[in-house]
Order: sequence, then structure tokens, then C-alpha cells
Amino acid sequence: MGTQEIIERCEAIHEDLNFTAARDWKAAEPGRHVIGHLPIYVPRELIHAAGMLPLGIYGGGDQMEVIQGDAFYQSYICRIPRSTIELALTGRLDFVEGMLFPSICDVIRNLSGVWKLTQKDTYVRYMDVPQNYDKEIGGRFYIREMQELLEGLEGISGRKVTNEDLLASIKLFNVNRRLINQLYAMRIEQPWNIPVTEVYLLMRAGQVLPVEEHNVMMTDYIAAIGDVERPQKDNTKVVMNGMFCEQPPLNLIRSIELSGCYVVDDDFILVNRWLREDVKEEGDALKNLSDCFIDHSTRTSATYEPSEELKGAQLVEAVRKSGAEGVIFAAPSFCDPALLERPMLQDVLDANNIPNIAFKYAENTGQMQPIREQAGTFADSIKLWS
Amino acid sequence: MTTEKKAPVDLSKDVQKDASQLLQKEMIRGNYERLAQAEENHKEKVVYTFVPGNLNELVMCFDVVGNYPEINALQSAMQKKTGAYVMEAERAGQDEDVCTYVKADLGMMRKGNIGPAGKKLADPDLLLLSYTGCFTFMKWFELLRHEYKCDTTMLHVPYQGDGEITQSMRDYVVKQLKEEVIPALERTSGVKFDIDRLREHLRESAKAEDKLVQVLESAKLKPSPIDSYFGGLYYVGPTFSAFRGTPECTAYYDALWDEVNERIQKGQGPVTPEGVMTEEKYRLVVEGPLNYTHMREFWKMFYDEGAVVVASSYTKVGGNYEQGFRHDPDNPLESLADYCLGCYTNLNLPSRTKMLENYLNDYEADGLLINSIKSCNSFSAGQLLMMNEIEKRTGKPAAFVETDLVDPRYFSPSNVKNRLESYFQMVDQKRSAA
Amino acid sequence: MKCFIGIDLGSTTTKAVVMDEFREVLGRGITNSRSNYDTAAAVAKQEAFIDTRFTLLEREIAKIPDAAAKMKILLADLERNFRKTQFLEQLKDLEETCISNIAGARFAGVEDQVREIMLAIFKDIADAAHEIYGPNAERKSDFFRDVAGSRFMRVAEDMAKEAGISYELLMNVYDKAIIDVENRPPEGDLRGKFHLGLEFLMMENPNIDVDKEALRDAVNATLDIELEETYVVGTGYGRVRLPFPKEHIRSEILCHGMGAHIMFNGTRTVLDIGGQDTKGIQIDENGVVKNFQMNDRCAAGCGRYLGYIADEMNIGLHELGPIAMKAKKVPRINSTCTVFAGAELRDRLALGESRADILAGLHRSIMLRAMSIIARSGGITDEFTFTGGVANNESAVDELKKLVQANYGDVTMNISTESIYTGALGGASFAHRAVMG
Repeated sequence: MGTQEIIERCEAIHEDLNFTAARDWKAAEPGRHVIGHLPIYVPRELIHAAGMLPLGIYGGGDQMEVIQGDAFYQSYICRIPRSTIELALTGRLDFVEGMLFPSICDVIRNLSGVWKLTQKDTYVRYMDVPQNYDKEIGGRFYIREMQELLEGLEGISGRKVTNEDLLASIKLFNVNRRLINQLYAMRIEQPWNIPVTEVYLLMRAGQVLPVEEHNVMMTDYIAAIGDVERPQKDNTKVVMNGMFCEQPPLNLIRSIELSGCYVVDDDFILVNRWLREDVKEEGDALKNLSDCFIDHSTRTSATYEPSEELKGAQLVEAVRKSGAEGVIFAAPSFCDPALLERPMLQDVLDANNIPNIAFKYAENTGQMQPIREQAGTFADSIKLWS
Repeated sequence: MTTEKKAPVDLSKDVQKDASQLLQKEMIRGNYERLAQAEENHKEKVVYTFVPGNLNELVMCFDVVGNYPEINALQSAMQKKTGAYVMEAERAGQDEDVCTYVKADLGMMRKGNIGPAGKKLADPDLLLLSYTGCFTFMKWFELLRHEYKCDTTMLHVPYQGDGEITQSMRDYVVKQLKEEVIPALERTSGVKFDIDRLREHLRESAKAEDKLVQVLESAKLKPSPIDSYFGGLYYVGPTFSAFRGTPECTAYYDALWDEVNERIQKGQGPVTPEGVMTEEKYRLVVEGPLNYTHMREFWKMFYDEGAVVVASSYTKVGGNYEQGFRHDPDNPLESLADYCLGCYTNLNLPSRTKMLENYLNDYEADGLLINSIKSCNSFSAGQLLMMNEIEKRTGKPAAFVETDLVDPRYFSPSNVKNRLESYFQMVDQKRSAA
Repeated sequence: MKCFIGIDLGSTTTKAVVMDEFREVLGRGITNSRSNYDTAAAVAKQEAFIDTRFTLLEREIAKIPDAAAKMKILLADLERNFRKTQFLEQLKDLEETCISNIAGARFAGVEDQVREIMLAIFKDIADAAHEIYGPNAERKSDFFRDVAGSRFMRVAEDMAKEAGISYELLMNVYDKAIIDVENRPPEGDLRGKFHLGLEFLMMENPNIDVDKEALRDAVNATLDIELEETYVVGTGYGRVRLPFPKEHIRSEILCHGMGAHIMFNGTRTVLDIGGQDTKGIQIDENGVVKNFQMNDRCAAGCGRYLGYIADEMNIGLHELGPIAMKAKKVPRINSTCTVFAGAELRDRLALGESRADILAGLHRSIMLRAMSIIARSGGITDEFTFTGGVANNESAVDELKKLVQANYGDVTMNISTESIYTGALGGASFAHRAVMG
């Protein structure tokens, strides 16, 4: 299969607000269940081990008119909760039996309560991951959180999840993570051959397809990329930051590249890359997941950074590793975590002489001109300086 | 106009104050003085911390002085200083969209950290980040740490996602207290932790909490002798901040209860800045924080119409005592954990909804008013659903106004007044139709 | 006779309704809201009383043999001529005010020239009055400011160019004067104006086959009726600025609910889109408000949004709807913010999208906001009434119908050309109730 075919499939999945691929998976065999989750991180291994499909829900994008969802939220609240509840109220999630709300911010946290009040037949769980990174403290709490989640899932399926089930799922997601890391590494090497929109669409497809199928897709894409030769442009390499929750429209991501930037690292679909190392594949599966979470989590503005010295360190590392020449901060309007974090990260970048710019967007931003303008100017100015 | 004093309103003139209020004012002044002293002579170590989930009893065991940035921000707002602070923080790179409490604090710091009492506040020796029910707190202290480069310790209080406190949550908090928070306080202060001292403070806290509940529940009477929102802010002040667990705090609540009791005996309504309210026309439950930049103006919109707030959720952000929780000297760390876990904004939406529904029924209120605060997503996200749900369950009308805590740009008097008036008239119309 | 008056002081226009003791509406008046709220209220009330006189006159004329059949023409002609008379009176005031404003350093050396041009401009407008108020002339607005202003600007521009004088200078004189003139309500000499109007009418229709004396008597009889201001209720956004005691003030929510109930008895949900805010109101079978929601502080979705768009496109507010109706497709306009919508509009125009399509998209986006306010207030379960100035915009109505249908199925939707008076009508009804019980 060529890259074009694969990307067309991904595009179709991305545009499909009825999640037909997930519906088809569920309908293929009786007794299958689908568990939705919001950004930014949930241990999808658990859902998979319970024989279920983890479905990443990333709002309604720029193609959905939000009518009822607007009645739930004031104008000073970001857009993702309103389009997400709209998805539910318009029946687009009627096949989803459970919803997980990770601890990102107060808005997503409270969305779990909105779900409890309005979607009474759905299993709803707020996933509190520890902000304490001590295995004996936060680690233990996290294991208990995962146990409770497993109990909830078992309640839906009526089937006990064994340690073996969990280890098998861990293996599959380790493969998935490696493939994704490989793709990101290739993107750094040859960004002209792997447009950022393709990387993004592949990441999104992994939120809807079963991991087994996504692994095949990723393998195929990586194999097929060798046949692709696109013209190399004199673009500026940048890292994008702040887009971990409410997603930018695809057009926005495309506009960044069109304006003269190669996006060589990002925080778009963090759940795919949250754990920065493999999870151990033998022993106590929950402990392995917890240990990996404690030791190898991605640092984002939704998490606490215990050490002032390490604030922004991962971002600087991402810049260095990818050979990026600058950072573009793009945050959703009214995103408290991203916007409060930004000045601190900017200080760290400034201290490391890494140029950066910032703008805001919403998932349905329709106007690309100002963004093209800013990103283009940024790219040009970097070229001028260097 | 339904207050005894009929004179035309001059918002600049001195307001009527109770003895308890003066007592509290003195307590607050004393703490600011300690903070100023700490700046001058460096004798006392300074710990910055937050109101919801504050560990005041524990902090006091280390002979340090506590500073509450939220309280500074609200005090500054009442002194009309926060507009400039917020702009200062925005000039320094903070986004216009984000929490104005944070920006008021950062702005104050950038303008020399001159506290509401007019003296420079001491820099923190320790940032005690116990963030209950609000993610922004976490970023707030990261921002302060970024500026002060001082020691920081964090207490992660899990959210009651399923509407209950589990043993796992309690264990997690207790463990953090033992292994992170207490060692950090020992490090900063050089004082060894003494659990008996903590027990003593907790015992004192429980006494004050009993009285506080008595005061708040007096609003079930008709007429209510208190206002549980505007007045309530003063009533919860000492237990929400640097005084809970001190004998002064207990004395304050004794004095307060005496005053309230006297009003009950006389069948009197609440005390407003313009005197005692004479006619109780509407009994309201209010959800959401206060606006501090125009608090008097806002309050006046209520008492001019004869509206009394009989219960509010805001008076539960720094401790939720009505369902029976008390700080417990026999289970010191566990009860601190339960205190943190039980603060209002740590409750999930169904629990919050149920609590307000109960208030409407138990306090025989006419309706619900939501003051939706632009800065506070923890409160605000989901309020519109809560409102509809409560209307459905109780059949009582609800209204929605939007303001902000400390950013004067987000208080539009005509807008708020328009909605309140419409709301009161709707209640009237419904009554006369019934 | 007893008159019960409701005045709705909106952010853009001020409306008044006069009701008799049988709860029948006798007259409606409207004027642009202006810096001086008292004047706006006084003018709207005066207009409503003039309209009341016409209603009463209709009753009188009906008594004249042969006249009843020509009633429509007679009344229309009379009103038109009445308006012309009133216009000329205010124009005279404006002219004098302008002339007296030509003084000071800025006019040094050109006073005479400016004065001369001013006189010429006003002569031109006065001459045009017969045309402006001619039998088949269409006026986009009846507000003095609009009628006089648009003509003034056009003529001033030409004359300034011709004379080599700054156009800005002329406009400065005008801008200052119009505020003064607007805040001086027209004089009350109704009788004179009615008769003058009648004389104009007879001049225009020399062969009219009606007893002229009888007509004059009918006018006199009508004007002899004493209209007592029995009770006035003020409402609307600016109501707190009205010089009324508190018991004479009702919130616009209550008034719109009641007004909609009076116009369409079965109404259970009201959507009102005014200049400053959008309201979703739920009422019961008696017009009593059960619940209401208003837009949050964001102005997108209010009438102002359309005003802003009209300004951006440099067209009149009234032209928006008709242009949008010519759309071939309705693009999705995502910018909910008014200012961004303006930018998006320019972007799309630059990309070659049709003006009609973009406007249709903008109308849809404002109606989407309205839909969320309705949903907040409890949705639509039964008969639904759309009120406020925006209800006169056909494209807005069209989009709303589609959205209501899609979200709430087949519900009766009421829209009336009189819907702008809903709040004032509710106010008049409360005034009636205050006295008559």
C-alpha cells in the first residue's frame, strides 16, 4: 500500500464524526465494547486488556456546528467541552459504553460530571493520575486508580482481566509506541517527505482503530515512505507546543508548514507518546505501567513539575534532538494550563537562545491568514538571523 | 430600600461594622504585620499557601507565618488595586484569558509585593502548594517558584470524581503529608514536627467549626439573621485562612454567634453596610464566588431589593462542615486529608448539584442564583447544566450573572443589575400568579 | 380617554405603545435612542400619541360618507404629509443650529463661505422634502437623523468639492448640531401640523371627492379628544435611566414575555434579539415568565453584530437580509467573536466568495448563538415567537426557521412585523394592569 492510500484512509477516519470505524469494530463481534477517553493520557493498555476498544475523543473539530453544547458553557470556556458534549447529545457516541476523563484541567474534570448528569447509562470515570512522582506515594495511588478502572471495565464486560491479558496489551502498545517514535525520528530526518499533516492524521487514526490495526498501518506507512521523494524546501524546523488537548484544525497545521516551517516535534496526540520508554513486559503489569508513568512521563502544562531546574527541560531537549530552530507556542483560547505555562517555558527558551512565538486558536478557527502571517514571518526571521 | 438607615447611599462613607467584624479586621491586620516584620527582621520563616485545602493547623506547628495570595488578591480588589495588578501581569506576558487571581498576585509582586496593609510582604521561604479543587493553583505556585526560586512542596489532593472519598485517596494524601509536606516544613523552619501540638490546634479548629455551622444554619430561620454570601464571606474568613486552630479564631466565632443570636432574639435580619435589613422579600441560594472589585455595589443590588442569601457554595470552598466533618485531634493527619478532600470545588458536579438542591429545600429559598466567574473554571465549567438540573428538580427559578473575582473589567453593573431585577420581578410575577 | 403607555428604551431604538382601557392598541411610536434617554422616551411617546391620533382619526373619517372607501389613501397621504411637515420643522431647527455653530477659530476667514454653503445645502434638502415624502417615495428610515443626515452628506460632499472647502468642516458643523436638535423633541403643535398636512394632501389631490370641510372637522374632532397619560411603564435596557419611579419600571424580560403572549396567545417560548442582548424566555399560558436566559457578555449574536457587519460592508442594516437571501450556499462562519467575524468576512471576500453567501453564513452564525440561548432557557416545546428588531430581517428568520425545525421539529413559529414593539406592548399591558387590575 502506498502512503497516499493510507493517508486517504486516515483522512476519512479523521473527518468521520460518527466514528464508523469504531462502530464497525464493535459490530463485528457480539460482546465487544468501546470506551471513549479524552486527551491527554489514559492507560489504554487496560481497556485493550479488557477486550475493549479505547476510542480517543478530541472534540468536534471545525466541521461540526455546536448548538446544544453552547448552552452548557460560557463564552470564556474553551471549545472542546462544548463540541464533545454535542457529540454525545447528537447521538454520535451512542455506541460508547464508557468515558474516561483524564486530569488535564478543571474544565475536562468537570466534564466528567456533565457526563454523569446527562449520560446516565454510560460508565464514567475521572482518571486522576498522580502529580506526586514518588513510586511509594504517587505510584501506589496510581496502581489503586488503575485497579478501580479495571473493576469498572470488568463490570461492563463481565470478564475478569488477568495479569497475562495486561502484559499482552502492554506488548502491543509498546510496539505501537516504537513505531510512532520511529515515524517521528524519520520526520526529523526527512521532513519534506513526511508532511506534518500526514503524521497528524496517522496519530489521529490510532485514536479510532484497534492498536493491532494501527500497528499494521504504521508499519505499512513507514515501509512505503521509502518510495516517496518530494522536493526539499528551505523551511525552518520548529517544535510546536500547547496543542495537547483541544486540537487545531488540520488546516491550521497545514498552514504552518505552507508558511515555511517544518514541524519536527509536537504535543498533538500525547497519549501515543506519553510514556517515553517501553513498559516492562513481564512481572506485575499494573506496577510496570505505574513505574513507567512515574519515571518516564511526558511533562506538559497539565502536570506538576517538581523541580524548577527541570521546568521546560523536555521542550529544550525536543528542540535539540530534532534540530529545530525555534518553537511555536499555539494554545487553545481560554486554555488555562497551556497559557499559564507558556511564560515560564518562554523564559527557559529565551535563556537557551531558542526563538519562539505564540498565538491562540480554537478547534474551529476559520481564519488562517494571521497564523500564516506570523509563522511565515517567524520562519523568515530565523533564516535571517542564522 | 429595605434597610433601617434610609439615608442616600454614599459608597465611600464608613460602613456599619459589628464587633466581630472589627475583631477579624484586627486579626488580619496582625497577620499582615507579622508578614511585614518577617520582611524587616527575618525572624520568622514565611510560607505561602492557598485557602481551599489549607493546612493551617499543621503550618502553625512550625512557628512560621502564613501568607495567602488569594486573600491578598481579594483584599487588593476591595481596595481597587487589582485592575492595575492584572494589567501589570499581562504586560509581563500573562494571557488575557487566564485566571485573574493569579495575575493580580503576580502583578502585586512585580509592583514590589506591597500587601493590602500597605507594607512590603516577606518573600516566601516555602511555597506550600496544597491544591484542592483547582488546577490553576498548581500553575500559580509554579509561576511564583519561577520568580522566587524558593523551596516548594506539593500536596496533590485527588478529586472526588465518583462523589466519595476513598481510602486510597486518604492514604495518598496522608502519605504525602508524612513524607513530603511535613519534612519540607521541618526543613524550612528548623522546627521538629510535634503531633501533639497539631492535635491541640485541631481541637481548637473543631470548636470554631461548630460555631461556624451554627451561624450558617441560622439562615434557616425567617427572617434570616445573616447573609450567607456577602456577609458569609466575613464569617468564614478566620477558618478559611491563617487563623483556624487558634484561640483567637474560636473567640471570634463566640463573639459572632453572640451577635447572631442577639439578632435572632430580636427577629432581626442581616447587617448590611447600610444597616440592618428590615424586610426579607427574597431568600436566595447562591452558587459561585464573589466579585470583589464591586462588592458593595453588588451587595447593594441585593439588599435594596430585600434579597437575602440564605446559603452559598462559596462559603464551603475553604471547608465543608455542614455535613458533619470536623478536624479531629484523634485522627490528625487523616482528618486533614478529609478536610482537603471535602472542600467544595473538590466535589463532582452531581454532588455539588445535590448540595445546592438540598440548600434550596432546607433553607426554603425562593430560587438559585449563579454568579459565574470568568476566572474560575473549577467553579464555572458545568454551572449552566447544574442550574437547569436544579430548576428541574426543585421547580424553583434560577438566574445567571457573570462577573469576575478581581478584574474590574469584567464587572458590568448595568448588566448584572438588569438580570437581577428581571429575576426578582420574575419571582414576584410567579408569586402573584400562584 | 384613559391611555396606558409602555416605553421600551432599547440600545438602538426606543419604542412606545399606547393602549386604551379595553386593552386595544391605539398607537405605536419609535425613534432612535440617543445620548439623552429622556428625550428618546419623550419622542417615542409623542410618536405613539401621533399614531394614536391617526387611529382615532380613522374612526372619525369612517363616519364621513364617501370617505370610508378612500380611507387607506386618505390616511396614508395625510400621514405622509404630516411627516413632511414635521420634517421641515426639524430641518429648520437644524439649519438654524448649524448656522449658529459656524463660529470660532476653525472657521476664520471662511465663515461667510461656509454659511453660504450651509444655506444652499438646507435649501436643497427642503426642496427635496417634497420628493422624499412624495407619494411613491421609499424611505429606508423615518428617523430625522437618518433622513436629513444622508441627504446632507451627499449634498455637502458635492458642494464642498465645488467650493474647495473641507468636507470634514461641514460635517463637523452638522454632527454637533444634530445632537442638539435630536435632544429637542419636535414642538407639540399637533393641530397646526395636522391641518398643514391636510392642506398638502388637498393640494396633491385637488379633485378628491370627499367633503373637505367634513375632513377638517374630523381632524378637529380627533384632536379634541383628551388623551390622558393614565399610567406609564418603562422597560428595556435603558430603563434605569428613565425618570420614572421604581414601580413604573418593569424588566424587559417580563415585558417581552407578556407582549409576546398578547400578540400570540399560545406562545410558550420567546426569542428576542435586540441591539445589546439576546433573550430566551419561557412563559406559561398567562404570559408569566417561568425562566429566562440572556447572552453572556459576548456581543456576538446580538443585533449589534449585524450592525457591525453592515458597517464593515459599507451597506445599510436593512440591506443585509435581502442580500443574504440571494445566497446560493451558506458557508460556515466559525468566528463567534464580532471582531473576528469582521476579519473573516474580509478574508472571504478577498478569496472571491460571494457577498450574499458570506452574509447568509453570518446570519446563520448569529442564529446559532440564539439557538444556544434558547437551549439554555429550556428549549422549545410548543409555540415559539421571535421578537426584536432582528425579527424584521428575512435572512435571520429564514436561518432560524431551519435551525428550529432541525432541532425541535415542527413547532409553530410566530413572527410579526410589529415584533419590535413587543416589549413596549408588554409594558403598556402592565400599565393597564396597574390601574385597571
